[in-house]
Amino acid sequence: MSILGTRVLRTEDPKFLTTGGVYTEDVTDDRLAGAYHVFFVRSPVAHARVNSVDVSAALDAPGVVAAFTGADLADQPVIRPAAAGLMNVEMIQRLLATDKVRFVGEPVAVVVTEHPYQGEDALELVEVDYDPLPAVLGFDPDDSSLLFEAAGTNVAGNWGDASQLKQDLFDGCEVVVSHTIVNQRLAPAPMEARAGAAVWGEDGRLTAWIPNQGAQGTRSGLAKLLGLEASQVRVITPDVGGAFGAKFGADPEHAVLGWIARRLGHPVRWAETRYENLISMTHGRAQQHTVTIGGSRDGNVAAYRLEIVQDAGAYPKIGAILPFLTILMTTGPYDIPKAEAVAKVVVTSTTPIGAYRGAGRPEATAAIERAMDLFAAEIGVDPAEVRRKNLLAPFTEPHRTAFGALYDTGDYAAALDKALAAAGYADLREEQKRRRAIGDVRQLGIGVASYVEITGMGDGDDTPPQENATVEVHPDGTATILTGTSPHGQGHATAWAMLASDELGIPVDKFTLKWGDTDLIPEGGGTGGSRSLQQGGAAVQQAAQELIEMARLRAAAQLEANAADLVFDKSRSAFAVAGDPEASVPLTQLAEDERLLVRAVFSAPGATFPFGTHVAVVEVDTETGKPTLRRVVTVDDAGVVLNPLLAEGQRHGGIAQGAAQAFVEEVVYDADGNPLTTSFADYPFLSATEVPSFELADMATPTTYNPLGAKGIGEAGSIGATPAVQNAIIDAVAHLGVRHIDLPVTSRRVWTAIQQAAAAGSGSEH
Amino acid sequence: MSHIELTVNGEKRSDDVEPRLLLVHYLREVLGLRAANVGCDTTSCGACTVLLDGKSVKSCTVLAVQAAGHDVTTAEGLASAGELHPVQAAFRQHHGLQCGFCTPGMVMATVGLLSENPDPTEMQVREALEGNLCRCTGYHNIIKAVLAAAEAAQASAWAAGIEESA
Repeated sequence: MSILGTRVLRTEDPKFLTTGGVYTEDVTDDRLAGAYHVFFVRSPVAHARVNSVDVSAALDAPGVVAAFTGADLADQPVIRPAAAGLMNVEMIQRLLATDKVRFVGEPVAVVVTEHPYQGEDALELVEVDYDPLPAVLGFDPDDSSLLFEAAGTNVAGNWGDASQLKQDLFDGCEVVVSHTIVNQRLAPAPMEARAGAAVWGEDGRLTAWIPNQGAQGTRSGLAKLLGLEASQVRVITPDVGGAFGAKFGADPEHAVLGWIARRLGHPVRWAETRYENLISMTHGRAQQHTVTIGGSRDGNVAAYRLEIVQDAGAYPKIGAILPFLTILMTTGPYDIPKAEAVAKVVVTSTTPIGAYRGAGRPEATAAIERAMDLFAAEIGVDPAEVRRKNLLAPFTEPHRTAFGALYDTGDYAAALDKALAAAGYADLREEQKRRRAIGDVRQLGIGVASYVEITGMGDGDDTPPQENATVEVHPDGTATILTGTSPHGQGHATAWAMLASDELGIPVDKFTLKWGDTDLIPEGGGTGGSRSLQQGGAAVQQAAQELIEMARLRAAAQLEANAADLVFDKSRSAFAVAGDPEASVPLTQLAEDERLLVRAVFSAPGATFPFGTHVAVVEVDTETGKPTLRRVVTVDDAGVVLNPLLAEGQRHGGIAQGAAQAFVEEVVYDADGNPLTTSFADYPFLSATEVPSFELADMATPTTYNPLGAKGIGEAGSIGATPAVQNAIIDAVAHLGVRHIDLPVTSRRVWTAIQQAAAAGSGSEH
Repeated sequence: MSHIELTVNGEKRSDDVEPRLLLVHYLREVLGLRAANVGCDTTSCGACTVLLDGKSVKSCTVLAVQAAGHDVTTAEGLASAGELHPVQAAFRQHHGLQCGFCTPGMVMATVGLLSENPDPTEMQVREALEGNLCRCTGYHNIIKAVLAAAEAAQASAWAAGIEESA
């Protein structure tokens, strides 16, 4: 029986449970012996001119080896905006700020010390003279205070042309509803904050240990930041304590480490505090949506418009690209005859925005799922029914949307029905009716969100998504897999071993997985965008299959038999002559004669589109506004599942993060641009007491884009859960006249919405 | 420098340390026991949780000098003879860990919880672990693992009772 599809326990767990993972801070390496410790002096003001930076007092402090300012690094390459050609080219960043600072947390200087505690002390001694400027905040910053004077505007760029929006888009609609809603700023907050170590070798190459999501991309990024050739840089990836999109590539701090290590001719290391992490690791989301939806009174949606404003933070990084993905997924799983979307990207004096679990797709789903509920409320039709009416019909041949996305396979209505049935939707509505009738203080809310999302995207239209893997069988019966993916919790060591084991007949626990060292594995796309299994896993399977075919030829020569007459006996991991099992040769023996190793590159025809429906059930205390999440029931169809244990784990984590966005988490700034959520005491990171256990229903519609039939599952949970929970909380108080409450739907916001609706006298009588 | 003597994972230790040295840094940097991690600055995340005389504490908020004369247990000291401790085994069995960063602290907090409340309800587990943050699992499988570990311990205690009375 095949091991594929079974709940194999993770082979990597015993280490993590006993001696713990070896994260960047834990790395002990001869090359890092006696490494100095780097500490960043960060701006305490949101927007200011920097008049002077004086490190002299710090240099005199105990243990201080060196200190550097932006002026010392002025000859280093500047960091240009993402989305070249679309974003304003004047919005450039430097490794350390020189003339201006543009967000609280921007690095201004560094102190290098022998011991870490000395660095904490010496940081306080660096004198920076700031000339504060007005903060630039919000989704509609005017140009009275410019972050980049040379740019002449705080608008970084646009996706699409707002002047081309059709005036007649909603002509003929019986009902049109419009609302401006916020998809708030979040902190990715992986449990392991950022860190790094760097040393230059006598060969003139930089070796950098960086927690990242793809060593190869990190190497290119680091080389670019330092003006080096990629061949001059080696990136090594220790265990990574969570990433969620925010550890893609290299950050300015990592480049500064490399610069200092070269300047001092000495290894250095850095580990940021949680305070630094919350103000200077990229944030996620931060979009404002104006949704307009129109259709008939019986629930057919005829037109939909999405106008996005993306707050990119102080510098246009990946955040500036997020609207591209949001626009691509504008209509989600729905068949809407007329739809259009545009986006404007603005810069603000806040932490730059980057990728966060889902990166652009959760925003699209949140927008249309809120729009669907607003529409349903307006026409008085059940929101699940409105969805069913408008979902695309099942399809097995790729479907091209008006926004250019090519959906591979899907049966959206089946996912909706399955989720509603698993939740007991009809009974829930009855219970809701009962509580409304008696005016129960604890009202019940039911939220539905259907979604389709995009996973395993390539770099562009010209290059198909691909990934490489190398499989080698050793004479002692063990095997090694090299992968271009980069696990940081997903369980690739187990999953990739399952795939190879299934071909080679070698037990899962005999495999060693290696990743994340660019000298060992020069190419790879890393782990992000839910791409790993469908491309990296497929490459492992392909390499193992090719290895068997190569071994077959060698076995035929050794057994003096026709290759076609050989059968591979997985139970013995050996080739045998058909009909003569005695005449056999095991893979281990072939490996002894000559290295038995194959590298394969898997290419996919395109991205895949997982889909599903989430149903959330909440109770809201109408006297205090407090929402309590009671149930989350989900169908997340990501095609064929390799290891249900791992896939469920991805769903759980995603659902929790999505729910956290719905009613718990938000990065907050005050009117002067000071961040107010700078520790885990202030940033309301989701805890175990705020969520229930989740209810997962299974559905698997295979894709034809890879032999595994698998789509991505890493981000689905976070995409469906946010609007489901948001819709549920609003639904709980809808009968009181509440139509919308912005994310995160906190007690205070719910209470305020109830009061406002009561004052407006808009509640329905029960 | 202050002189401290303490027991860590059953071994006597004696060192001269800065008075301000945190227990977690003593464990990690002086003793090289790096399972406990530092995940925040505010005693909020629990990644550094260890046992001090059998009670779970956040070792980022204990000075090494405060641990003098006491008995410290870290995740490294739980497993014996290559066998995972039942709580560690339950975390593996139920996929209660992904990236692993919160895991040693989560395991130690669980050991601490079950020594005080051997038969907790799901809500009691959630409340007891409120100070241990995890970004990967959504807590779902952690809760499952803790309840399973409690059940297994109850079962084996019951079996041991039968054996004793027999």
